[in-house]
Amino acid sequence: MNANARGCMEKDERTHLVTDIVAKHKNSKGALIPILHEVQELYGYLPVEAQETIAKEMNVPISEVFGVISFYSFFSLNPKGKHKISICMGTACYVKGSGPILDKLKETLAIGVGETTEDGEFTLEDCRCLGACGLAPVLTINGKVFGRLTKDDIPEIIEGCKTEGGSVL
Amino acid sequence: MITVTINNKLCQAEADQTILQVATDNGIHIPTLCHMDGIHDSFSCRICVVEVVGARTLIPACAGKVADGMVVNTATESVLSARRNIVNLLLSNGEHNCLSCEKSGECSLQSIAYELGIEAPPFIMESIEKPTVDDSSVMIVRDNRKCILCRRCVTACNDIVCNDVLSLGFRGSDTTVICDNNIDMGSSSCVQCGQCVQACPVGALTDKKSIGKARSWEVKKVRTTCPYCGVGCQLNLHVKGDKIVKVTGVEDAYPNKGRLCVKGRYGYDFIYSPERLTTPLIKENGKFREASWDEALDLVANKFKEIIAADGPDAVGGISCARSINEDSYQMQKLFRAAFKSPNIDHCARVCHAPTVAGLIKSFGTGGMTNSIEEFADTNCLFVIGSNMTEAHPVASTFVKNGQRNGAKLIVVDPRKAKLADYADEFAQIKVGSDVAFLNGLMNVLITEDLYDKDFVRDHCDNFDALKEKVLEYPPKRASEISGVSEEQIISIAHMLADNKPGMAIYTLGITEHTCGTNNVMSVANLQMLLGNVGKPNTGVNPLRGQNNVQGACDMGALPNTYHGYQSVTDPAAKAKFEQAWNVEGLPDKLGLMIPDMFEKLETKEMKAIYIFGENVVGTEPDISHVIKCLEAAEFVVCNDIFQTETTQYADVVLPAAAWSEDEGTFTNCERRISRVRKVKEAPGIAKPNWWIFREIAKRFGQTWEADSGQELWDNEIAPLAPVFAGATFDKLDQGGIQWPCKTPEDPGTQILHLDGNFTHGKGHLMALDWTPPAEVPDADYPFTLSTGRRLYHYHTRTQTGRCEGLNELLPEEYADISEVDAARLGIEHGEMIVVKSRRGTVKVKAQVSERIPEGLVWMAMHYFENNANWLTTRSGDTITKTPEYKACAVAIEKIQ
Repeated sequence: MNANARGCMEKDERTHLVTDIVAKHKNSKGALIPILHEVQELYGYLPVEAQETIAKEMNVPISEVFGVISFYSFFSLNPKGKHKISICMGTACYVKGSGPILDKLKETLAIGVGETTEDGEFTLEDCRCLGACGLAPVLTINGKVFGRLTKDDIPEIIEGCKTEGGSVL
Repeated sequence: MITVTINNKLCQAEADQTILQVATDNGIHIPTLCHMDGIHDSFSCRICVVEVVGARTLIPACAGKVADGMVVNTATESVLSARRNIVNLLLSNGEHNCLSCEKSGECSLQSIAYELGIEAPPFIMESIEKPTVDDSSVMIVRDNRKCILCRRCVTACNDIVCNDVLSLGFRGSDTTVICDNNIDMGSSSCVQCGQCVQACPVGALTDKKSIGKARSWEVKKVRTTCPYCGVGCQLNLHVKGDKIVKVTGVEDAYPNKGRLCVKGRYGYDFIYSPERLTTPLIKENGKFREASWDEALDLVANKFKEIIAADGPDAVGGISCARSINEDSYQMQKLFRAAFKSPNIDHCARVCHAPTVAGLIKSFGTGGMTNSIEEFADTNCLFVIGSNMTEAHPVASTFVKNGQRNGAKLIVVDPRKAKLADYADEFAQIKVGSDVAFLNGLMNVLITEDLYDKDFVRDHCDNFDALKEKVLEYPPKRASEISGVSEEQIISIAHMLADNKPGMAIYTLGITEHTCGTNNVMSVANLQMLLGNVGKPNTGVNPLRGQNNVQGACDMGALPNTYHGYQSVTDPAAKAKFEQAWNVEGLPDKLGLMIPDMFEKLETKEMKAIYIFGENVVGTEPDISHVIKCLEAAEFVVCNDIFQTETTQYADVVLPAAAWSEDEGTFTNCERRISRVRKVKEAPGIAKPNWWIFREIAKRFGQTWEADSGQELWDNEIAPLAPVFAGATFDKLDQGGIQWPCKTPEDPGTQILHLDGNFTHGKGHLMALDWTPPAEVPDADYPFTLSTGRRLYHYHTRTQTGRCEGLNELLPEEYADISEVDAARLGIEHGEMIVVKSRRGTVKVKAQVSERIPEGLVWMAMHYFENNANWLTTRSGDTITKTPEYKACAVAIEKIQ
């Protein structure tokens, strides 16, 4: 299911899907995390109404649901852009200059870390060690790895994303 | 027993104790921040680390268990250095400024910093964003800059009171305490009980009403009993001069173990209202003028003498007060019986739990809660019927929630999906007024499937055959048709009850305020006897009583059928005893009138004078228009009160009384626990204690009553003249509450009645009871059922809570709760003004569309006069006690065009 199709889906219909997801996992131990995974798949993030439905259906306090969501960086409380850029700030990448690359990303996209561009195209995140230190400094866009970067590579990469089916993706 | 050496001191200890417990028991101080003994085991702050000789690392004293021969040092340099590090880290972020902090002087962090000689944080983590202050809540300020993330507030909210609002959110240095899904406290589901504030060891959570009122070292703590519901929570009043500046729960006291609700914690300031009555008032030409005590008391005495001389003692009646102390109710019934020779004394138990007293006396022999609130947390099954506990008895509900979380099955039976239903294993949404049919259905299953306790029934109960014959007429199918609860659910609840013992039945006014109220009570008693759930720990029939001292007002004989201690007025021996004790002759030996009859007789002029003590009957009695008509018909009306109320407007004389905290005495809670009520200030103006007022009137009837204080009344009259209170002396009560019966000086009181199935009157009496419908059922003209009750943030007609800062803000107006289905059908929006009318009256009120209300039901409270539910309610009463059917009458609702 692509993002557009998700966006068109009626709110009620998604609430039903959330209810179904909860029902599927409810009786297994530690169900909350797999439920949050699946619901995030559904929306692209974890909106308040989904948190409320999960809390109600699981009969757990919403504060507990939010506590788990906000604890794990994997879960997001905000809508994500079509292209999720994660730049590694782990030791190797940092030493190899990921700082200036992050600055360039911020400048080019005009957003800060954890934010999404107004047009919904890009979300910028930083992360710790992607396990690709040999390629340092690295970033990923929707899971695809770009390595041995310099800040001058950034405009081209961004432009590439904007072109549908662009060469870099 | 094992031996441990702490700081060179030999200490005896039990093997499963922690180092902290043993140190505390031996007077050795170890600082703590996150620790809440026996409740909160997060072991997270590490400030309590100690050196255990031979151990590789420092050990947290709250988690480390003692061992025989263990040698512990609590203040070595390595320990102090570790603690210094922890405190420095805590101080390095946020903003821990003691200058104007409310907690200064009793702050754990401040104390530890002081012990360690830390004056200012040696380093600051500037990179960490400074947390913010959330003052969106009416009662609580959250200053996250002072939070040390000890999680005590989270534990208090989730594990003690089980309101589940607070949690920890985010991670690492961003970690913070959150409300719900990280919204501000004022918008969250917080019910403002303030338990988190009480748990906070630092200044991160404070009571908004207390800010700037006093430094902690300027206050003295006075222990007393809460002036709201019948749970009878023990409070510490923090008093500066004559002002209560803060209230906290007494941690080690029964019944509340430190817990309080929003009214108990924040509803204390009504006594300082400038609207207090300060002087006697006499009505002349329709207006009140101030009068001296002598003038007012002479007038009252002369009028009563006149009326009694002309029309006899039956022409006067009195309504005592379930909010005031026992000593006042005792004195008022004595005034009526000994001075006026009138049997007509009653009080507002008539409109709430009179069926409990009558029903349980018939079933068991004693008309009180059989067990205790603390047992709710330890039982295996909780059967809660007709009780909106989380709002009407919030602290009792916390023990029910604890019980459920400790593994008990929770069954909630109610027409509304009340909040407690959210915690329930089974929620049966019963039709209003179908309780007996439903309960008979359960008992039918227990008997036909052979699930009842045959030994208990054989050994301790009589009349089983008649009960069996009756409940066999209520198979699940019929019970289901009447109650609206499915056959499957009736069967499954019966099994749950049989499979999970011991079990406790808990009920409130949903059971009693019906034309079949006494039958409902006896039906609950039947169920518990059948299950063998009586006379043992964690069992019983447990009515939660409404007012702080409604149990006490009953106990004190403010009832038309008994002297205090339930000594019957028709018993010649009791009459002789009181004639001798009170030094009078001719005490009335017949049953007096109940409140509804008093009103009828005022209307027909058979009764001429009524004395109303502390009750706002124009508001609390059903059918307000009728009450007004009756009071207008009265020749003479006297009120004792602390404020002008809707009722005092109809008085000829209003006598200003001392309020809660202005007199010494006792309240008795619903578990029969007599607790002390203490004085912190003088009554305003020339207002006087109620017992003094009654004594002065008696004096004008030629009687000299010696007792001159609450203590003298209790010790010289109340205790010695009633066997059930005889052992509960005032000095003993000063040490802590005592549950009656307490018959001798050695008797510690009685937690559980009818122990081992030995009922007060021999065998428990099973009753064959038929279901009867409410007196007024919906029809074409009035197609809805109106049910009434109380909401969390106010108490009754707001005489007290309406004068407490903040409570009006929390509930500023009345609502009529209606179902989503009915709202949609009638085109009514949430918050829209609608008309609700019955055969007796019409009110305009805002609609509150709620998923918790079933189709066909309208639910309202009695907090605001203009749209008080009692303009609508019916006077039809319980066939035995005349308790009005507040829970069911027929109404229509209309959209305002």
